[in-house]
Amino acid sequence: MEFQILWFILWGLLWAVYFALDGFDLGAGILYPFIAKKDIEKRAVIHAIGPVWNGNEVWLITAGGATFAAFPTTYAYMFSYLYTPLLVILFALILRGAGVELRAKSATEIEKKFWDISLFIGSFIPALFFGVAFGNIFMGLKFDESGYHGTFLELLNPYGVVVGLLFLFTFIVHGGIWVALRTEGSVAQNSVTKAKTFWYFQVIIAVLFLVLTARFTKLYDNFIKAPFWFIVPACAVVSLFLTGWYLRKNKIGTAFIFSLIFILALIFSGIIGLYPNLIPSSIDPGYSLTIFNSSSSQYTLKIMTIVVAIFVPIVLFYQAWVYKKFMYKITEKELEEGY
Amino acid sequence: MDVLFLSRLQFAVTAAFHFIFVPLTLGLSVLIAYMETVYLFTKDEDYLRMAKFWGRLFIINFILGVVTGITMEFQFGMNWAEYSRYVGDIFGSPLAIEATLAFFLESTFIGVWIFGWNRIPAGLHALSMWLVAIATNLSALWILIANGWMQKPVGYIINNGRAEMVDFWAVATNPYGLLKFGHAVMSGWVVAGFFVLGVSAYHLLKKNEVQLFRKAFRIGAVFSLISSLLVVFIGHFHGHEVAQTQPTKLAAMESLWETTEDAPFYILLLPDPSNEKNHFELIKIPGLLSFLAGQKKVKGLKEFPEEDRPPVTITFISFRLMVALGFLFIGLSILATLFPEIIENRKILLMVFIGAIPLPYIAGQLGWIVAEVGRQPWIVYGLLKTSEAISRSVEFSQVITSFVGFTLLYGLLGLIDVYLLYKFSIKGPEPKEV
Repeated sequence: MEFQILWFILWGLLWAVYFALDGFDLGAGILYPFIAKKDIEKRAVIHAIGPVWNGNEVWLITAGGATFAAFPTTYAYMFSYLYTPLLVILFALILRGAGVELRAKSATEIEKKFWDISLFIGSFIPALFFGVAFGNIFMGLKFDESGYHGTFLELLNPYGVVVGLLFLFTFIVHGGIWVALRTEGSVAQNSVTKAKTFWYFQVIIAVLFLVLTARFTKLYDNFIKAPFWFIVPACAVVSLFLTGWYLRKNKIGTAFIFSLIFILALIFSGIIGLYPNLIPSSIDPGYSLTIFNSSSSQYTLKIMTIVVAIFVPIVLFYQAWVYKKFMYKITEKELEEGY
Repeated sequence: MDVLFLSRLQFAVTAAFHFIFVPLTLGLSVLIAYMETVYLFTKDEDYLRMAKFWGRLFIINFILGVVTGITMEFQFGMNWAEYSRYVGDIFGSPLAIEATLAFFLESTFIGVWIFGWNRIPAGLHALSMWLVAIATNLSALWILIANGWMQKPVGYIINNGRAEMVDFWAVATNPYGLLKFGHAVMSGWVVAGFFVLGVSAYHLLKKNEVQLFRKAFRIGAVFSLISSLLVVFIGHFHGHEVAQTQPTKLAAMESLWETTEDAPFYILLLPDPSNEKNHFELIKIPGLLSFLAGQKKVKGLKEFPEEDRPPVTITFISFRLMVALGFLFIGLSILATLFPEIIENRKILLMVFIGAIPLPYIAGQLGWIVAEVGRQPWIVYGLLKTSEAISRSVEFSQVITSFVGFTLLYGLLGLIDVYLLYKFSIKGPEPKEV
């Protein structure tokens, strides 16, 4: 297999894992003001993502780094064309990270309030904007050989917004389930309720997404050419329904697994539809950045393949260990001991 | 002001700001891991409380290092797209390796350390801080290998209108990068050593937890001494490397205009770039500059066309101040190591160590100014000019917005950092459990 194709799969995998993991951190941050009122409840929600959010965010950094290393031309243009939305995401992620860690260090109510707001905004914006960015990538960006001709406001087109909302609702449901899994009492109860409600929004917007994708993008072409791949979006649809089903039956752990699979399958459906493009040009497909015209040399790809083949399994191993170790229920006693 | 200037300014501000947080984490992680390990072996509660106390300061600092680090990775693509396209085949790899090898490790295990106190065995808990320490320093290694390539491009050919890697081993063992790694990481350890010294001095001054902070002061002293000696030692050889690979930078560091054999060193001089000479040169030490550069004949700036020279005054002054501070750190840490009892009982000496906390930070910033400003007008020395490296599709309005945004947000974060570090430093360790 050519290294480009291998790295395309890896590229998709890194984004998919990032959204599947940090997605629940972001979702928890968005639900945070609505599911936790008392200080101890707020601390419970933060504690629910505390041990893992930072490790999860590194998947984003790795996705960025892998894009740079394997597809430098795409990295260069993806990041400079999407300058403003990325800037907004960046500011938000900075606020989110600071909020998670520094709220516990605050003494006064004003400081706490500030970090509460940071955490909410810092979670809400990336959830929405990552979706908007990917929606626009699915549609293709307005660029040719002389550069980019789009504007920030044009990115907020109906299809971009639909994908943005799909990400947003998906992460809210995902985060709600995660918090419910980690906490007890009223916080857990509130989270389940919110997850159940937002699951309906998620389903409606997912249906809209499936329809509008046919109208606005060429993602279906690859699937029509090779219908075998329909198995991936089908897996997403089934997982989405099973997420709701198990939520209803209050089997939170199982619901979480299916929500996770849904995100992975959703991202991979998009990735399969994009192939061999990384960033299609909406002006003329001839200008599209593909895995072949924007990749690193075979030599670099080979080196990076060796690095990834050795180290990503190690990362997965110790992250899995951490998840296993830290899956305990967060009790009030735990929180009083503080961190 | 244009897009190029603003993009450079933004990179300078965000990088300098990121490097306020990074150096402390490089050394403090090692110190905390050491303290916790001493506790495991001696069961002396002071070391445990010490580890927890500095751990809290570490976390505040660490998190701001993390969030400001993402900016650095994104910014290459956002503002320096032509650079990224041109060098990505080589430059992208160390960044991706850094994330995979080091950054996952430190981010995952800092979570384990924070939340693992009562959940995992004590040995494993100490091990997780060692992993954080190793990963943090390993992360610096790959970043400096990447930066080393910008300073001295190796292991590549020009192909398909860009630089392509042909020898990964040469890139990973680039002497420029490795020397810079040693120099920069040791300077980070000095920051941590002086931080521990200064905070301990404060509490000794206030007669608070005297027994604990006397021990901490001694740990900080030895650590500062070893690292401050290594900074200068490695820095000396790093200077030879600079002289060989970037003669323009070396000449600017010393404000040397004419090519000179057995070049002397002037204790005091002031550059006069517009007249291609120095305003004055005082107190001559014969042959010292040639010794520092490791070359008999040192090239002067006039050897190079004006458009290929870096800004002289800023490079020169930054370098001089950095070197002076470097020797001051050695002096202070010798004092702290040899005469801790005397210092503990002299208010004025304790005040000196409190006042010294910011100095290693400043020295680190000055070092980066020498490294980056001194490399101009090149972004990759001898290969690509900074002016050719910016994103073509990014507009002035976008960069001014991001620049102002970064400055305000980072300014706020900086204030919060200083406030929190101050607050938790003077608060001292948690009281002993009864």
